[in-house]
Amino acid sequence: MSITASPTDQAVSQPAIHIDHVSRHYVMGESSIRAVDDVSLTVPTGEFLALLGSSGSGKSTLLNLMAGLDRPTSGSIHCGGRNLAELSPLELARYRRNTVGMVFQSFNLLPRMTLEENVELPLRLAEVERSERAARVREALEHVRLAKRTGHRPSELSGGEQQRTAIARALVNRPKILFADEPTGNLDSATGEAILTLLREIQSSMGMTIVMVTHERHLAEKFADRLATMGDGKLLSTNASAAFSSSFLPSGAAQ
Amino acid sequence: MKLRDMTELAGRNLREAILRNSLTTLGVAVGVASLVAMLSLGVGLQQLASSRLTKSGLFDSIFVTAKSNLRGPGAGPPATRAASPKARPLDEDARAELTKLPNVIEVYPQIRFFTEVRFDGKPFATVVAGMPESSKQSGAFDGMQGGFFSSPNADEAILQIEFAKELIPQTKDLIGKDLVLRYAERQSLASESGGAAQNSGGFSVVPKEKHLRIIGVVETEPASGFGGFGSGRLLIPLPVAETLRAAQVNDLRDVLRGGSSTDKPAYASLSVRVKSPSLVDATEKKIKDLGFSAFSLLDASKSLRIFFSVFDLLLGIFGSLALAVATLGIVNTLVMAILERRREIGVLKALGAADGDVKQLFFVEAGVMGLTGGVLGVLLGWMIGQALTLATNIYLKRQELPGVQISSVPLWLIAGAIGFAVLVSLIAGLYPASRAAKLNPVDALRYE
Repeated sequence: MSITASPTDQAVSQPAIHIDHVSRHYVMGESSIRAVDDVSLTVPTGEFLALLGSSGSGKSTLLNLMAGLDRPTSGSIHCGGRNLAELSPLELARYRRNTVGMVFQSFNLLPRMTLEENVELPLRLAEVERSERAARVREALEHVRLAKRTGHRPSELSGGEQQRTAIARALVNRPKILFADEPTGNLDSATGEAILTLLREIQSSMGMTIVMVTHERHLAEKFADRLATMGDGKLLSTNASAAFSSSFLPSGAAQ
Repeated sequence: MKLRDMTELAGRNLREAILRNSLTTLGVAVGVASLVAMLSLGVGLQQLASSRLTKSGLFDSIFVTAKSNLRGPGAGPPATRAASPKARPLDEDARAELTKLPNVIEVYPQIRFFTEVRFDGKPFATVVAGMPESSKQSGAFDGMQGGFFSSPNADEAILQIEFAKELIPQTKDLIGKDLVLRYAERQSLASESGGAAQNSGGFSVVPKEKHLRIIGVVETEPASGFGGFGSGRLLIPLPVAETLRAAQVNDLRDVLRGGSSTDKPAYASLSVRVKSPSLVDATEKKIKDLGFSAFSLLDASKSLRIFFSVFDLLLGIFGSLALAVATLGIVNTLVMAILERRREIGVLKALGAADGDVKQLFFVEAGVMGLTGGVLGVLLGWMIGQALTLATNIYLKRQELPGVQISSVPLWLIAGAIGFAVLVSLIAGLYPASRAAKLNPVDALRYE
């Protein structure tokens, strides 16, 4: 598998995400916790970036900031020409709905909805016409190669199937960036690898930018284009992964 | 999110915690039911009272007399009388004029005379009263044996039951039988001896007879209305009574006063019936402007209405207390739902739901509970009202009294109660909804 040329060209002209001196502090009683501490990072369009680090390193917080689930205490996060830090709550919700997709460790499917209904949920939020929804759901499920048992509830499915559904749900509104927070954390290694292979396929076939948080370095090195390692809220290093001789360079990375 | 999607999701959420949500909805239903039952009782009793009063003819009638007729001790010195040049006789023209007034249903004289009736060859003394056509609707004839007069000019009679029992004990057998009315017809002397003698105002009394067919027996005393001289026990159609020209008590009084000095026979008094008690005031004023004396018992009905307003208010307050408790139930259920559904709210937000979407979702859930509770509550309240009516009627029946409808659920009460339930639920949903909307998605997703 290799990276197609076109995303690379785009990456040079306009990165998918540009993080500039971003900090996120939490106040816990008397003390202030610097979950993310002055991080700068650029993710070129079409890149599969893995955020590595031990727990508490701030990698998930950084992902949440990029995904528009959280706001930085200081600094700016640019995506598609807009600074997320300056968006209104409604604009940020629209960003989450239309521009990005999110996949979680624990799948976070709604338990009382069928797979199809779970995938349809973002379409409801986006007020997509009912007539169009079925086709969009089918399209998203095809991307994750789930065709059977789509009328079942999540509890009736395996972890791998649930995560595929979650990915389909993240893709259904045709986002530009896919964020994955420990997507393999609740899966056995074989299933985990299958999910990452799927993400890799989505990246290349759809030209998707993917940012994945993981603490499994070997998986990151196998599937991601580039690894960014965090520790104590700081970005420690970024380097191209061993598996892919990526042409991406850490253009805006903090040193 | 579109309302349809919102409602679908809300319905799904409500079904998920079916027991808790049903109990909450039931709480609302009980609250609404108590409110509806209380108010329906208030409305029903008010309707019962006011319909009885309206039917009695006391509150929608104006009693009209000629100003000159009020002369007498205490009516003021002659100078006062001279100051009202508009005083006019209460004659046929006046009656026609009163009939033309807006909102007037009917204008009729009080005809009532004491006379003798022959039935089965035996004489009976009784009071005959003329019944206006409108009295059929008054409710006084509800539950009568037989039927009402076939036409305003029919030679038919309805007997009051006390009198009927005097005739024969089995009053049912009376219907269809004939009786003979013996009365004294008043014949004006003036009409016989020419215009010059008119000023005498005298009349002779000629005995006459009239055959009447008994068509009904009534238990109430329909003729005991305002301005009457006591109850009529043999009722005949008013136009028939008018043709009899029977000598009345007033005639002699008029002779003594010299009041019958005009060309045409004048009425001692006329009753003006208007469409509703609320129109009495205005009509009474118009009648006075025409130059007659008029009075009504409106003030009594006003205080009655005030009484019922306060009564309704008190019942409403007690009903609302139950609904207030139910409201707390909704708040509790929704706050619990937020705790339970933290993660789901987080997922919705991560997928792009705006704060407003989450808020609306909780709002719709509260509204659906309110609407369902409201509809159920109205049904329940109506049933309580019916049960109370049933119980009351069983009691009344034991006392050998006619049944009544003591509770009434008019359309405005149904709509109002359901609307109120939804409104209260939405207000109850305000706090939980805004709390859910403010939930931080990162915290919510971390929540296990």
